[in-house]
Amino acid sequence: MHMADALISPAVGGAMWAASAGLLGYCGRKVRLALDDRLVPMMGVLGAFIFAAQMINFSIPATGSSGHLGGGLILAILLGPEAAFLVIASVLTVQALFFADGGLLALGCNIWNLGFYPAFIAYPFIYRPLAGGGSNRKRAWIAAMVAAVVGLQLGAASVVLETTWSGISALPFATFLLLMQPIHLAIGVVEGLATTAVIAFVARARPEALEMSGGALAKSVSPRPVLTGLLLVTVLVGGVLSWFASTQPDGLEWSIAKVTGQGEVEAGAGLHEELAKIQEKTAFLPDYGFKTAAPEKATDSTGRVGRTVAGLVGGLLVLALAGLVGYGLSKRRRAV
Amino acid sequence: MGVSHSAAVHRMEIFGGLDSPMHRLDARTKALVTVAFIATVMSFPRYELSALTPFFLYPFALVALSGVPPGFILKKLLIAAPFALCIGLFNPLLDRQPVFLAGGFAVAGGWLSFGSILLRFALTVSAALTLLACTGMSRLCAGLERLGLPKVLAVQLLFLYRYIFVIADEALRMRRGLELRSSGGRSPSPRVYGSLVGHLLLRAMDRAQRIYSAMLARGFNGDMPTLQPARLHGPDIAFAGGWLAFFVLARCWNLADHLGRLLTGVRP
Amino acid sequence: MSHHIVEARDLSFVYPGGHEALSGVSFRITHGEAVALIGPNGAGKSTLLLHLNGSLLPARGEVRIGDLPVTRQTAPRIRRTVGMVFQDPDDQLFMPTVLEDVAFGPLNYGLAPAEAEDRAVAALERVGMARLRQQPPYTLSAGEKRAVAIATVLAMSPDVLVMDEPSSNLDPRGRRRLIELLKSFEHTRIIATHDLELVVEVCPRVLVMDGGVIVAQGPAHELLNNEDLMLRHGLERPHSLRHHHPH
Ligand SMILES: Nc1ncnc2c1ncn2[C@@H]1O[C@H](COP(=O)(O)OP(=O)(O)OP(=O)(O)O)[C@@H](O)[C@H]1O
Ligand SMILES: [Mg+2]
Repeated sequence: MHMADALISPAVGGAMWAASAGLLGYCGRKVRLALDDRLVPMMGVLGAFIFAAQMINFSIPATGSSGHLGGGLILAILLGPEAAFLVIASVLTVQALFFADGGLLALGCNIWNLGFYPAFIAYPFIYRPLAGGGSNRKRAWIAAMVAAVVGLQLGAASVVLETTWSGISALPFATFLLLMQPIHLAIGVVEGLATTAVIAFVARARPEALEMSGGALAKSVSPRPVLTGLLLVTVLVGGVLSWFASTQPDGLEWSIAKVTGQGEVEAGAGLHEELAKIQEKTAFLPDYGFKTAAPEKATDSTGRVGRTVAGLVGGLLVLALAGLVGYGLSKRRRAV
Repeated sequence: MGVSHSAAVHRMEIFGGLDSPMHRLDARTKALVTVAFIATVMSFPRYELSALTPFFLYPFALVALSGVPPGFILKKLLIAAPFALCIGLFNPLLDRQPVFLAGGFAVAGGWLSFGSILLRFALTVSAALTLLACTGMSRLCAGLERLGLPKVLAVQLLFLYRYIFVIADEALRMRRGLELRSSGGRSPSPRVYGSLVGHLLLRAMDRAQRIYSAMLARGFNGDMPTLQPARLHGPDIAFAGGWLAFFVLARCWNLADHLGRLLTGVRP
Repeated sequence: MSHHIVEARDLSFVYPGGHEALSGVSFRITHGEAVALIGPNGAGKSTLLLHLNGSLLPARGEVRIGDLPVTRQTAPRIRRTVGMVFQDPDDQLFMPTVLEDVAFGPLNYGLAPAEAEDRAVAALERVGMARLRQQPPYTLSAGEKRAVAIATVLAMSPDVLVMDEPSSNLDPRGRRRLIELLKSFEHTRIIATHDLELVVEVCPRVLVMDGGVIVAQGPAHELLNNEDLMLRHGLERPHSLRHHHPH
């Protein structure tokens, strides 16, 4: 989902702009170096393809509804992370400029949320290891599904974090999170379906097309086992620590406190009940229900859930930023 | 994204190609002022309403001076509104703390912040839309590149923009073909969809390959040369200076409030 | 170079999928000649043309332009000599405006912006499209796109002109203008086309291709009048010739 200008503070917007701009600069340099000028028109045309593909819907089996391709994952599969990130950024820019999807201040957030996670997390750490060579159709199918879902979950969590940090919407962190994650689970499944359907066709009709475009760059970003380990550890530590450190005020707690401190818990009890129903149906985080909706308890458990997920997401964000700095430094070192 | 989107892009491009004092300004000037505008608007505290209103002067003035039909911008604004509206609507639900307005009225804080969200939304989005409508995509890209946008990205944006029409056309033809052969306008199954969009993808990739050949045939060596050596002129400096001064003024003093007091005679 | 001889010797090419699109093509075209390349869909005409400026490189055999064999190394130099008008003008017009598109080549070859612009305008005037110079290419009609695509090539002042189906999608007036334009050139011209009337008017010599080989070559009147040859390769004797040479 696109982050909107109206919900974002200049500090958060600026910070995410900085992060996205840094990554864009890095990708730009990397693509330029690896180029293969062929990528110049290829990237642009594939960006246009994403727009065009979104005009075609497919029916989702057993539901009666229909969906279409989002594009992040398929671009990463076709072009490799760096070029894909640039293409996603340009697609989002065109959407922001022409259709007012998002907005200019929020563009940094959107590029990060919809670009970074599919291109730099879901593709290298989930899709590639799971899909292997891509010759096994079932594996490729599972890989695309898991990668699409995880990429969108991370993106959705990012939207929630950015909104909360901005403090313009009064939606409490945990509530918003519980709204967003299940919706994006569904979107992720649709994305996974669409991606596999297209990739499977191309793999059958013209397998060399998959190697041709992705090959040049993708090879240079093989999923390094060390990094994968690091990622898991960060996620684990972030999650566990923030669960136990629920009494320690940390960066996020003030923002939750700020929102919950305004007496909306009483007012929001009805909403919480509604959410509890939704939650029962979707069985997302089933252990942390709101069924015992005494106000204090609800706050406590929402707070905890919020902090845990926040810890996970915050950990991922920090890792991502650290990775960026690392890339930048290694770049400098090589240049020296 | 649909047919209407492709048409909207087309209309936007037509407005981008108009000639007006606003269109003649350098793209860099307009981009920088727009960014300053958005940052200023977003820097207000969450309950601010009245102080935001003077900022409408900026999009209004630009639309007025550029000859872009206001209805066009307004329509796009409405189409884009749902997300901000949805999330914003939680504010009155959740934030019931009374806030006292001048004159003894009490309103739930949530309503104020909701109104504020809508104002911010209208301001920032209309500013972005007018920027494009007064500049045109190619000039905007060239301007952004001179402001430091990585060249790869600028070129990528131009190519994306150029081929949206071509490939959207192909997609439309395919969709029409599909509708003719399927009953009752149902969407295709994932399998059919895969082959349809897969074909579209392969065609797009082939096209990219041919474009690349065509570029090489005319001496492409990794750089995209441009003709216009744009220079900043007097009007650019006046435009930027004038608006930035106004933004600072309107940020520091609540002009709407002052005006209201002046008119109603209420002393602070 | 004063002698722009275009020569192919035993040229073969296989597409990545494994399809052999050219198998042992040989011909020689001399300076200032206008030669038509005709044959059914899928004969390999476009594939052959793409070898003439190094867009594709042969799997076997070679192509020479003047004294220079076309290789990856010589391709950039070859492309200044051989101007190529591609089959789909949308592939060739990728810049934001018509003028910038036509100036793209000259700028790449190091001309100053002012000079490049002059050249671009001159080329656009030559094809009668100067009034469209500020338009974005996608707003042009098919015929206008085609004319502009030709201008992009003329602006680089090539010695050899290679065109892939230049008259497709043109209305009668656009086609007439194109034919007059092609006749006015002194360049060596190689034109792949299904428009046999155009061949009659512009090209004294014809190469007939089918299935990746050249099945016949010779004077246009002779080959185009050979009903049997034409039918065998999915072609048809042009009407104009029927009028001139009734049986
Ligand atoms: N990119 C490609 N990949 C694989 N095969 C191709 C490719 N392009 C063309 N071919 C095949 O090569 C053969 C020759 O194609 P080519 O485009 O040269 O034909 P042509 O004579 O130009 O036809 P037309 O008159 O339809 O333009 C055809 O059988 C075609 O299917
Ligand atoms: Mg052809």
